[in-house]
Amino acid sequence: MARMWRRKHLGSEADRATFRTLHQASLAAPALRGGLTAESAERSVRHLRALLGTPAIALTDTAGCLAWDGAGDHHAAQVPPLLTETLDRGRTRGFDRADLPCDVPACEVRTAVVSPLVVEERIVGTLAAFAPYPTAGLARAVDEVATWVSGQLALAELDLSRARLAEAEVRALRAQISPHFIYNSLGAIASFVRTDPDRARELLLEFADFTRYSFRRHGDYTTLAEELRSIERYLLLEQARFGDRLQVRLSVAPEVLAVAVPFLCVQPLVENAVRHGLEGVDRVGHVTITARDRGQDCLIEVEDDGAGEDPERVRRALAGDTALDSVGLGNVDARLRASYGDDYGLVVETAPGAGTKVVVRVPKFAAGVSA
Amino acid sequence: MTQLPGLVAVVLVSLATLAIGSWGLRVSRTTSDFFVASRTVRPGLNASAIGGEYLSAASFLGVAGLLLTFGAEMLWYPIGWTAGYLVLLVLVAAPLRRSGAYTLPDFAEARLDSRRVRHVCSVLVVAIGWLYLLPQFEGAGLTLAAALDAPRWVGPVVVGLVVLVSVGSGGMRSITFVQAFQYWLKLTALLVPAAVLLVVWAGDRVSGPSATAADWSVPLGDGGAQGLYTTYSLVLATFLGTMGLPHVVVRFYTNPDGRAARRTTLAVLALLGVFYLLPPVYAALGRAYGAEPAASDSLVLELPRLVVPGLVGEVLTGMVTAGAFAAFLSTSSGLAIAVSGVLTQDVTSKRLPDLTAFRVATVVAVAVPLTAALLLPDFGVARAVGLAFAVAASTFCPLLVLGIWWRGLTAAGAVAGLLVGGAGSVAAVGWTLADGSSGWGDGWVDVVVGQPAAWSVPLAFAAMVLVSRATASRAPAHALRFMVRLHTPETVDLDRS
Repeated sequence: MARMWRRKHLGSEADRATFRTLHQASLAAPALRGGLTAESAERSVRHLRALLGTPAIALTDTAGCLAWDGAGDHHAAQVPPLLTETLDRGRTRGFDRADLPCDVPACEVRTAVVSPLVVEERIVGTLAAFAPYPTAGLARAVDEVATWVSGQLALAELDLSRARLAEAEVRALRAQISPHFIYNSLGAIASFVRTDPDRARELLLEFADFTRYSFRRHGDYTTLAEELRSIERYLLLEQARFGDRLQVRLSVAPEVLAVAVPFLCVQPLVENAVRHGLEGVDRVGHVTITARDRGQDCLIEVEDDGAGEDPERVRRALAGDTALDSVGLGNVDARLRASYGDDYGLVVETAPGAGTKVVVRVPKFAAGVSA
Repeated sequence: MTQLPGLVAVVLVSLATLAIGSWGLRVSRTTSDFFVASRTVRPGLNASAIGGEYLSAASFLGVAGLLLTFGAEMLWYPIGWTAGYLVLLVLVAAPLRRSGAYTLPDFAEARLDSRRVRHVCSVLVVAIGWLYLLPQFEGAGLTLAAALDAPRWVGPVVVGLVVLVSVGSGGMRSITFVQAFQYWLKLTALLVPAAVLLVVWAGDRVSGPSATAADWSVPLGDGGAQGLYTTYSLVLATFLGTMGLPHVVVRFYTNPDGRAARRTTLAVLALLGVFYLLPPVYAALGRAYGAEPAASDSLVLELPRLVVPGLVGEVLTGMVTAGAFAAFLSTSSGLAIAVSGVLTQDVTSKRLPDLTAFRVATVVAVAVPLTAALLLPDFGVARAVGLAFAVAASTFCPLLVLGIWWRGLTAAGAVAGLLVGGAGSVAAVGWTLADGSSGWGDGWVDVVVGQPAAWSVPLAFAAMVLVSRATASRAPAHALRFMVRLHTPETVDLDRS
């Protein structure tokens, strides 16, 4: 009784065959999502063979065999010529005994079906299945599996381009700070060259260090201490330009200096604060930077007493409206959310004429984040 | 009049703590001293802070009392509590810092990539934290009873409230400076009276009835094989337990890198070594002046009056009272922060808004051990802390040591080891706290259960290794990469992402 019930519960024989097939496919998928490499081919090829049920199977790129699973791997050396022919034809092809000469008795690798893997209308490799006899069913099955593998590889490509996009955004942010700031800083330094050459030299060195940090290539994260050091250089250069009109106050709980933060996540906020606090008004502007310890989190606040902003405009800037001139606000917000989840977005408190306060909350530990 | 010095001391310590806590931020108004403000904590300062947080009521009061009562065998407590940092220095300090983990559950999650291990660790952090808080509150009751003639419940309630206010309100803006101050306060509060008392003793030339008794200077427990077992078990628990204390581990995060973590640990060893020279002096003087072993935990508080009656004695009593109060405050607030942090992250933050979640967690973190301290009978401050060490040694020590040094550790193995070690040691602690004494097997059962580390630690290691071997195919995919990050010095140029 129980047995019958269980059968009924799992569906007919055909249903279960479908489940098995889908399960095999799901086992092969994670490796293929990493793109077509020797390692991913090695990890996925045995699941693909289980899917096709042939004695042997191979995954290749456009140059040669990446991974072989099953019997008769002495044939691996014969794969490149088959590959070339398939690439020339651009469609699934069968090969018979003449193409796979063999003197091993009872070798099951006698015929082959080779199907190209196509990503974005470009052949990136092939799936080759080997069997004792050629059948139309096998040719069809290999064709379908190759199409499915191509789909997974296309997704891998998508993942890769998404990662590239994120990287490009950081790079864009680095490029975005530069133009005004480089122009203004060099102008300010130039004004000291005759009157105070020593100070000019110091400022130039600070400028060099600042650009080196901003343009560094590797690593998405840095420590808060490093980020603050870069902010210090930035403010030194801004003070060279504004003199006493720019008043800065920094208070830091030393416990949080070692916290890993996304690279350039505070510096753009300080730049915004300096611009909003000073530009357009002819009085002394105050910028306050605070970093506090909050148990599991670290709280960083950047505050200015400038003209303030319409909250609705800030909301649009955070939503990614690039028409507004808040440098990097949306970018910093997006990167914080991408690193730590939606609970950790920027908080902006502002109103026209009331200054602006931006609060960054960063957890001391998050999986996968390290400076 | 005898209450006055104690009262003054308690009030002064509380005020100083709150003042340093709120001024402790580094502030700079000009960009020229920005650099100073954004400089990371130096190993020396951080070591003082660790010492301040670590030296609890057990060290300040308990050790001297135990030495007075039981003799030299109890020296293993201070030795083990110091040597624990040696094990930490050699095996754990730098890799743990490089892992980027803030708490022990963080480390487990980062290393094993498993939420389940994280939750088991969180439960253990709370258990160890509460077990460690219990004797702090008991000690507070004792101290205020001795110094102010207050009822026994006053001390726990006062310390609990001060901790609740300072932690829950976020009043401790910079805990490092507060804790560093507490270390030097505790050292001074013990060192100056000890020096004065020694001078007085040198003048008196008193020698109490049992000061030279031979059995008092034997470094092993009584009872032949049982004493030997107890001693070794204690040594194992204290040597290996330090690395599993939640409030100690979070302090290592303040170090900028692995090298600084090692230097900090080395400095901690020196600071603790100096501090632990003092309790034996009190115990020996207590013997010489014939202090009563019955009130052993309050020996440090009673001794000054016993040796030099009058004004000097009162002032010295005020000093040791201040030190003892500092000990409860610093350790309790460190533990409360660690426990409430875990409770917030894993329990309350999912149900309540941000700040409320933290406050509720803090109240729970303090209230549970406070209630236990008021309800349970007095247990001996150092012994209760020793049991907390046994639980830490049976759970987090295997996790850290194998997690850092063996790439074969799997999530299933870690959970198995944590459960085996945790269940064993917690059951033993429960039995001991409930004062279960059976007398079975010539008392062997009581001895083995009373000091569980000698069997629970190897058992936890074995469970972790065996289950990890059995589930070797499920080892986390990034284990090797993570190991490289743990063990490569920061100066080596390496892509760590």
